[in-house]
Amino acid sequence: MTRLNLYRLLVILAAIGTLEGLCLAGAIDRITMQPPHEIARDFVRLLASGRMNGAIRKTLGNSAIAFAMALAAGISFAALLHGMRALRATLDPLFATYYAVPVFAFYPFLIVVFGLGDVPQVLIGFMLAVVAVIVNTLNGLDRVPRVLVKAARVHRLGRLRMATSITLPFAAPYILTGVKLAVAYALIGVVGSEFIMSRGGLGYEISFAYTNFENATMYPLIVLILVISIALNALLTGWEKRLLARRGQR
Amino acid sequence: MTTSVEERRQRWQAVRHALLLIVGLVLAWQALYLWVGDIALASPLETVRYAARLLTTDTFYPHLRDTMLAFAAGYALAVVLGLSIGFWLGFHRLSGEVLEPMVVAVYSLPKVTLYPILLLAFGLGISAKIAFGTLHGVIPIILFTLAAVRNIKPILLKTGRALKLTPLQTVRTILFPAALPEIFTGLRVGFSLTLIGTLLAEMFASQRGLGFLLMNGIGLHNVELIMAITLMIVAFAATVSTVLLHIDHRLHRRV
Repeated sequence: MTRLNLYRLLVILAAIGTLEGLCLAGAIDRITMQPPHEIARDFVRLLASGRMNGAIRKTLGNSAIAFAMALAAGISFAALLHGMRALRATLDPLFATYYAVPVFAFYPFLIVVFGLGDVPQVLIGFMLAVVAVIVNTLNGLDRVPRVLVKAARVHRLGRLRMATSITLPFAAPYILTGVKLAVAYALIGVVGSEFIMSRGGLGYEISFAYTNFENATMYPLIVLILVISIALNALLTGWEKRLLARRGQR
Repeated sequence: MTTSVEERRQRWQAVRHALLLIVGLVLAWQALYLWVGDIALASPLETVRYAARLLTTDTFYPHLRDTMLAFAAGYALAVVLGLSIGFWLGFHRLSGEVLEPMVVAVYSLPKVTLYPILLLAFGLGISAKIAFGTLHGVIPIILFTLAAVRNIKPILLKTGRALKLTPLQTVRTILFPAALPEIFTGLRVGFSLTLIGTLLAEMFASQRGLGFLLMNGIGLHNVELIMAITLMIVAFAATVSTVLLHIDHRLHRRV
């Protein structure tokens, strides 16, 4: 373990230790939070009971659908848009301000249109994720060296072949940055909208537990979501680093 | 300040693109309305009319004020905390290296799930909303300030030392001007995220504010109300962010 990682671990342990101390000393009362060791115990119990399996499946499934849709739509849209200069110049202000607009504000509207099923949550996840994919794919496509494009012309590749065998593979590391964001955003969108109003999923279970003062369920679930998103993020960051390192060596 | 012809042409072009985009979005909205029908959707004209009417009613203002108050307080806190933590992590190399990846990790968490904890800690009122807004907004401010401070050229600091400036003078005359463009980017992103955080908080458990009105609209099945408020929020966020983006570009060009 590197020195920096050791320090990071110490910071986390110190934070947990402080919480534990404050809880045991009574500075944080039990209605607000139970001590971390009890949360850990409840976490194991909750997962072992299998009570949350349905909610976990639903949330991860919907996030995966939102992510897959965002990836497919984002990459193909960006590949199309890359060739159209006028349209791209018009859409640029939209991309620049997109993440300044609270996408969640559209959730009530989507509920009214599609009902309270899975569709509004998936759409919010999709809406949050897709622009990150588009912007990063465009960024990657902008960096394709002209010599590669010329070589493709010499070989008389069609637009589709050129995209699939030259430009998109070149843009892969940049697209991966978009993918990493899209995974996080899809999960944030789905969990967030479940949390605001829905009929199931991890976000719903957390809000349900909160309303019923079931801290023994709420805190383990919060920990579960944090663990899932940190793990996914770490996985993708590692992959991204490897890909960029390979690019750098070549 | 004199602006070159080229610069003016570019600015005019940017305005034209923005207008074209707005016209395009309104047309798409109208087309969707004609296609879906008025049970699920309100037309652009109806929505604007409803929004205008809403702005003249007395019952709307307390909600608007509540949201704006929570947002302003949350943002002020995020700026103060973000700048202090950012400067600290930027100066103290070890702390920065240890904590930066952790702050980045927090950025990509679904922070909504932390809201119940804030509610339990602060109670069901404006403080929990403010805290949640701050939680969203503080992270980009920390990260951009940190990077800005870290990237300041050592020669500038050496000059300050040679001139025997006091720490306060160093901050005022060297650090702040040199780091300003990047810090401003952080403040800009922090602005948007604080707004998102505040609204999210209101949408979950709140009796007041625009977020509450939005959620209330679902129960009332009042499509016009929902769309009018969504439009107002989107218009506000997009306008402010465009202005901030413009200032941001100018600051970055200056250096």
